[in-house]
Amino acid sequence: MTTPSSSTTDPVLSVRDLTIRFKARGRETPVVHGIDFDIHGGETLALVGESGSGKSVTSFALMRLLPDARHCTIEGQVNIGGVNLLELTERKMTSVRGPKIAMIFQEPLTSLNPVHRVGDQIAEAIRYHRKMTRAQIRDRVLELLTLVGIPDPERRMSAYPGAMSGGMRQRVVIAMALALEPDLLIADEPTTALDVTVQAQILELLRDIQNRTGMAMLFITHDFGVVAEIADRVMVMYSGRIVEEGRLEDVLTQPRMPYTQGLLSSVPRLEDAGLRTGALGTIEGFVPTAGNLPDGCSFHPRCPHARPGVCDTAMPALEPHGRPDHPVRCLRIEDIAASDMEDLSV
Amino acid sequence: MSTLIEAVDLKQHYPVRQGLLGRQTAAVKAVDGVNLRIHRGEVLGLVGESGSGKSTLGRNLMMMERPTSGAVLYEGSDLAGRSHKALHPYRRKMQMVFQDPFSSLNPRMTVEDSLTMPLRFHQPELSAAQRRDAAAETLERVGLPRSMITRYPHEFSGGQRQRIGIARGLIVRPEFMVADEPVSALDVSVQAQVLNLFSEIRESLGLTLLFVTHDLAVVGHIADRVAVMYLGQIMEIAPTRALFTAPKHPYTETLLSAAPQPTVGARGARIPMKGEPPSPLSPPSGCVFRTRCSHATPECDAAHPELRSRAPGHLSACIRDDISLVPAVSDRPTSPRRKQSA
Amino acid sequence: MSAISDAPARRPSPLRVFTGPRMRKFMRHRLAMLGLIMIVGLTLTCFFGPYLLPYDELYIDLRARFSPPLTENHILGTDPLGRDIAARLFSAGQISLTVGFTAMVLSTLIGTVIGLVAGYFGGWTRTGLMRIVDAFLSFPSIFLMLTLAAFLQPSPTMITLIIAVTSWMEVARIVEAEVRGQASRDFTAAARMIGAPHWWIMLREILPNVTGPIIVAATLTVARAILLEAYISFLGYGIQPPLPSWGNMLNNAQQYLESAPWLAIVPGVAITMAVTSFNFIGDGLRDALDARSVK
Repeated sequence: MTTPSSSTTDPVLSVRDLTIRFKARGRETPVVHGIDFDIHGGETLALVGESGSGKSVTSFALMRLLPDARHCTIEGQVNIGGVNLLELTERKMTSVRGPKIAMIFQEPLTSLNPVHRVGDQIAEAIRYHRKMTRAQIRDRVLELLTLVGIPDPERRMSAYPGAMSGGMRQRVVIAMALALEPDLLIADEPTTALDVTVQAQILELLRDIQNRTGMAMLFITHDFGVVAEIADRVMVMYSGRIVEEGRLEDVLTQPRMPYTQGLLSSVPRLEDAGLRTGALGTIEGFVPTAGNLPDGCSFHPRCPHARPGVCDTAMPALEPHGRPDHPVRCLRIEDIAASDMEDLSV
Repeated sequence: MSTLIEAVDLKQHYPVRQGLLGRQTAAVKAVDGVNLRIHRGEVLGLVGESGSGKSTLGRNLMMMERPTSGAVLYEGSDLAGRSHKALHPYRRKMQMVFQDPFSSLNPRMTVEDSLTMPLRFHQPELSAAQRRDAAAETLERVGLPRSMITRYPHEFSGGQRQRIGIARGLIVRPEFMVADEPVSALDVSVQAQVLNLFSEIRESLGLTLLFVTHDLAVVGHIADRVAVMYLGQIMEIAPTRALFTAPKHPYTETLLSAAPQPTVGARGARIPMKGEPPSPLSPPSGCVFRTRCSHATPECDAAHPELRSRAPGHLSACIRDDISLVPAVSDRPTSPRRKQSA
Repeated sequence: MSAISDAPARRPSPLRVFTGPRMRKFMRHRLAMLGLIMIVGLTLTCFFGPYLLPYDELYIDLRARFSPPLTENHILGTDPLGRDIAARLFSAGQISLTVGFTAMVLSTLIGTVIGLVAGYFGGWTRTGLMRIVDAFLSFPSIFLMLTLAAFLQPSPTMITLIIAVTSWMEVARIVEAEVRGQASRDFTAAARMIGAPHWWIMLREILPNVTGPIIVAATLTVARAILLEAYISFLGYGIQPPLPSWGNMLNNAQQYLESAPWLAIVPGVAITMAVTSFNFIGDGLRDALDARSVK
């Protein structure tokens, strides 16, 4: 079930029935259960979830960065430009990473080699894929460093990653990711390790680059504040399944899934600062571990609206329930919709 | 309100040594001349970015690290000059909750061992059974069942471990607690549970709390007053609502405007912050914030702004009284109340 | 992280190192299990074997000199004086294994204490202690041992002490590194904040967290100690005849290598078995106990 986007063009990325299982001690544990989504050019889709929801595993699967078939199996389709990435050889995949799809991570240091100058590292990515002269590559590196807002790029290109701050390193990583003008950028919690002021700068940079290049972006985060800054559409993930999907405004102001409602009510708000608004909303219990999912809806043991005999028997499907652009995975949606949400709007 | 603990011109400088002979070539001024009073029974939020020295200040107050100079007065008596032994009676009054729930509990100790440990040293008169009872009681206090007392840390989730960490602090019935980023490592929904627990215990136990965090929304929720730190110095200190609705320091203004909020339409309206925090090894001369400040004037190069009273209980270390800053929150009475799920 | 039920759990044994997934991991390590079986077999044979033999290790039967293995009652043959090699091998094994084990216990003790103190206190304490470790390490231990052995009465006790004194540095280094890691963790800080004394933090908080690497190092130290003992005894500075040890049995065998090769082969095989077994066990324990390899 996917949401028709406002755009009528073909999606840049189209994921169908993506299922990921980890193998350990002869047992297979599903961690992602058949998810579907599309991302169009120029669009940012935020994938939101707590730890253990499967959001990072999903992004790694799209990049084919998961361990080999002995340790995990991936089924379904990841289509980019009419090609299913899951069927490519590792060699072919190498030529897709970079020009088609690129990724940035939470900790920029893991993507940078500490013993090489940052300019050389960006140049390396270009040289591998493009036939360009040294001078052309150098110009391109300078252009990229300027694009990501690194001051004094001429000098910075010969700096080592260790000599840069976290924010600067993340900018370099973004420059590397953008070097080959990918159609899709996957950003896995790229600002989580940064200070708020630097985070604000990086988010603005990503928005700005997207406006200029029209690339699609899959933004993975646990932070609804960041989601509000960057996303056009939001998917909420819980226990390896998408439980709600919709436009940013709809999800933030009229969340339909009790899980999303719980998450949003547990975030302290700046506008309530110092007002002693009482206890924050909470979600009881824990995220279940993959392999120990409860019967029925995975969220029902923690759900304030759960009904025995209904929610613990069948896994609900991700369905529109009257709003085609805002599907939700909840059996009791009609019963709880009326009472609950109008006062959430801001 | 009486002062429980006070920092007087507190400094923590770390020498940077270089060369064969290890000569001191510079110093990182993690805490650089902080004056701060914490009132009995209040929650003081201490916010700042990484490298601001907020954690070091917390550790200094706890005498976990001895300050380079300055005094820490606990009910008027100085702790900084005291020997290990002379500090012992104060250890019971001051406790700490750590950021990382995975490293703050000994993996080879049961919850019981971890919780009873403080009692061994502070109430040696208790029998093993009494200690065990006290531990079980405290465990219930933080919302975990008594029966879990025989478990090892690896059997708990991050949020549960943080509760155990809080219980270990509470078991000696301290007056003062420093919580160093206690919810930063937790998932959103668990973070709310732990914050609620903090609100609840400070209320019921009359605890004085220094809540160190980088998260403005969290501090706005939990604190009565907020101190904002930058490069080892306090920039502004004010009652929480006043800080959010009428900031008096440009750094606070920038910090507030950068905080991401899960609301529609917040996007983009930012006060630009130039560059990144300077290295604490070579802080700017004059006002330490001037290199990133959008209101800086030539006078700021030479000024050493002290904290000055700008409104009742509202101090700011900025020489410019003439600027009007943009608040993060307009001071209308309240936002629409959010629903609290069960 | 798994959510857990309220049911009271059974209290795990204090020796949690040896239970659960770690134990299973060790059991799955085939070479380590083989090593364990060989060592247990070797030890039992050495200590109880002599009761099953018709001769003791000092009984001289000149009529049966140089009997090859499997002659009459001499399963492993006899030496140039007609003494039963099996009896000598077992009796030598008792000494060699005891020396190896005791030296291991002593050197592990020394190394653990020094490593614990150096790693916990850090600063100048660490610098001083670790420079001592470096000094010991930089001295070629064989020469040190030979020098010591030449001046001191080479009794088994003395040999044990000499080996212990020259082989604790490895353990000290390992323990120091591990302790330094643990001492920087928040639970140690929490204990300090409580006002727990240093000895308590070292012994109760930190030591239980570094037992794994210590056990691994200790196992490998046994292997080394056995080898060292054989080495100095072979050179004639160790256990002195008529007391047999695997090393001096080899020494005696030198001149008969062509005429009576079993004289060298028998103790040689015993030494190889003991040393490789301990090394296998050490490898297995490392895989099973090492914090980095345990999930």
